[in-house]
Amino acid sequence: MDAFTTPFLAGTATGALLLIAALGLTLTFGQMGVINMAHGEFLMVGAYTAYVTQQVVTSVDLSILVALPVAFLVAGSLGLLLEATVISFMYRRPLDTLLVTVGVSLVLQQLAKDVFGAQGDPVQAPGWLVGTIPVFGYNWPYRQIFTVALALSSLACLAALLRYSAFGRRIRATVQNRDLAETLGIATRRVDRLTFFIGSGLAGIGGVAVSLISGTNPGLGRTYIISAFLVVVAGGLGQLKGTVIAAFTVGIATAFFADWTSASMAQVATFALVVVFLQLRPQGLFTVRTRGLA
Amino acid sequence: MFTNRARGRALAGATIATLTVFSLAACGNKSDDGGPSAATSSCVDTSGDTIKLGFLNSTSGAMSISEQTVRDSLGLAMEEINADGGILGKQIEAVEEDGASDPAIFAEKMEKLLTGDCVAAVFGGWTSASRKAMLPVVEANNGLLFYPVQYEGLEASENIYYTGATTNQQIIPAMDFLASEGVETLFLAGSDYVFPRTANKIIKQYAAELGIEIVGEEYVPLDDDDWTTQVAKIVKAKPDFVFNTINGSSNVGFIKAYYEQGLTAETTPIISVSIAEEEAPAMGHSVTGQYAAWNYFQSVDTPANAAFIEAFQSKYGANRPTSDPMEAAYTSLYLYKAIVEKAGSFDVDEVNAASDGVSFEAPEGTVTIDGDNHHIAKTALIGQINEDNQFDVVWSSETPIEPDPFLEGYAWWDPAAE
Repeated sequence: MDAFTTPFLAGTATGALLLIAALGLTLTFGQMGVINMAHGEFLMVGAYTAYVTQQVVTSVDLSILVALPVAFLVAGSLGLLLEATVISFMYRRPLDTLLVTVGVSLVLQQLAKDVFGAQGDPVQAPGWLVGTIPVFGYNWPYRQIFTVALALSSLACLAALLRYSAFGRRIRATVQNRDLAETLGIATRRVDRLTFFIGSGLAGIGGVAVSLISGTNPGLGRTYIISAFLVVVAGGLGQLKGTVIAAFTVGIATAFFADWTSASMAQVATFALVVVFLQLRPQGLFTVRTRGLA
Repeated sequence: MFTNRARGRALAGATIATLTVFSLAACGNKSDDGGPSAATSSCVDTSGDTIKLGFLNSTSGAMSISEQTVRDSLGLAMEEINADGGILGKQIEAVEEDGASDPAIFAEKMEKLLTGDCVAAVFGGWTSASRKAMLPVVEANNGLLFYPVQYEGLEASENIYYTGATTNQQIIPAMDFLASEGVETLFLAGSDYVFPRTANKIIKQYAAELGIEIVGEEYVPLDDDDWTTQVAKIVKAKPDFVFNTINGSSNVGFIKAYYEQGLTAETTPIISVSIAEEEAPAMGHSVTGQYAAWNYFQSVDTPANAAFIEAFQSKYGANRPTSDPMEAAYTSLYLYKAIVEKAGSFDVDEVNAASDGVSFEAPEGTVTIDGDNHHIAKTALIGQINEDNQFDVVWSSETPIEPDPFLEGYAWWDPAAE
């Protein structure tokens, strides 16, 4: 039984991390056509926020909970800054944003190195996250369960926001047809900025979860950015449903491949899987249906 | 404007293109052991009262984490030597270059240092990929490189001095230590690149000789932090010991996942070959009690080490630890000084002719150059990590081990096997 549960549960936790990282990406790419390669660095910023919070709030049990909203605000504000100073000048030029944000990501990594030092810093897990619970032969760490819960609640909040709030309606309208939304009086630029704030903030929350796995280090974002893009592309753009399914599929498939073969082969196999899938279905799992005006 | 379908394609294409660039950068090292070509005439200027030396380390990119520490200790050695009168009475003038964590840039900068700046010798490099990239350049120009990091062996160049350990001074003593502890089953965990793969090939052959059974072998790509699935395999295999050849930040993820699954130094100890004083603090208390094999620890009790630590910390800050590669780099500059002064010349051929038997009272103990393979005899140490993330020496080879990069003195070694 544990031959199945170990990769399944470990993969679910990996998928949850990918989901948090990909939620922000799918928003910004779906809505604005911005390929933000610096999105991984918002994860890194989130991880360092967890570290700094731990220095300020000395109670380890409390500090992670404090770090979550703080990381959301810090990473979100940084995203806002990036949007205002760089990305707003290159809307609808996805390949340009790709190049520029790769540069931004290098700058942010070097900045982290200069401020916090090149070696990573430890982030202590709170007492209530230390330990495991046996599930069919796998000792499932509380930390992984926490990650899954965090991803699902982020997803629920985002879905509710998109579905029920006026702001969410504006986002959906902008994603479906920006020009039409503008003619209807939606201030799409303001919607863009807020979307970027939320998307980057979610990555900050993801960073707190990552810091519990590996502490902080300046290059932490690189590990996740490629897989997160894989998830966004496979899931279909601007679609939460597709992103969720793709994130967990990629996470769990990678864990099974790693169990059967090796971790390096698993990355190759997952990539091959997604490439073949995109050959068959280039638009991803789900897609926004419009009348072809776009 | 993009339709969603076209946008999806553009993103898929862009992602794959970016990945290709990343992976090309990762394996962009060419090994060209064509042997030294005819020596070109040297442009090194020895007429003045200074001598130029090149310091070539990555001060940007992923490897700057480690290589900056080497640069710092080279700076200290230079300062000390200059204060003491220099080399052959000439003050060292360092030409500093950034290898940018990219083997191709290492090769390019090496060429610039040797032919443009006309330095007498270059100190630096860290990854094997960077060394392999510099090797043909330094041979073609008949230059000198002092390489300060333990590595996978199986190399010896007339133009390179290796002041870190080769496998028979680190990996093999670590196996001897495990055998003396009565270890019967061993699990191998490593990063997926040349050093761990080569080290594990040696470990497996020596384990067969020692009667130790290998119960698992797992690799994870460099920079991948998630070790959960692999650690679950260790839990299942229940080895007596784990041999860890993981490098870089990936070690933090490994140690944390290990601790999380209830494996400790008491139940299933780990012996590592790349966790040192610099890396241990990032793992907090989850690494306490685990072992590491090196040739130098900050805790080594020699007068030379006490002086080294004091000088280093007063120059760079009291909280800075000292580690094996830093010590090897510091030692390399002193060894170079000793060889040059024995030869009475900066000329590469005369330096090579004089190098055999040159020794230095290094912080790690006495080290001596082997003129045949350009490695140095070093004492092997096993340390156990204590509460302060420092290492208590628990085992030592007692005497310096002669370097044997091709393992010619080990009958069980068969490079062609597997």
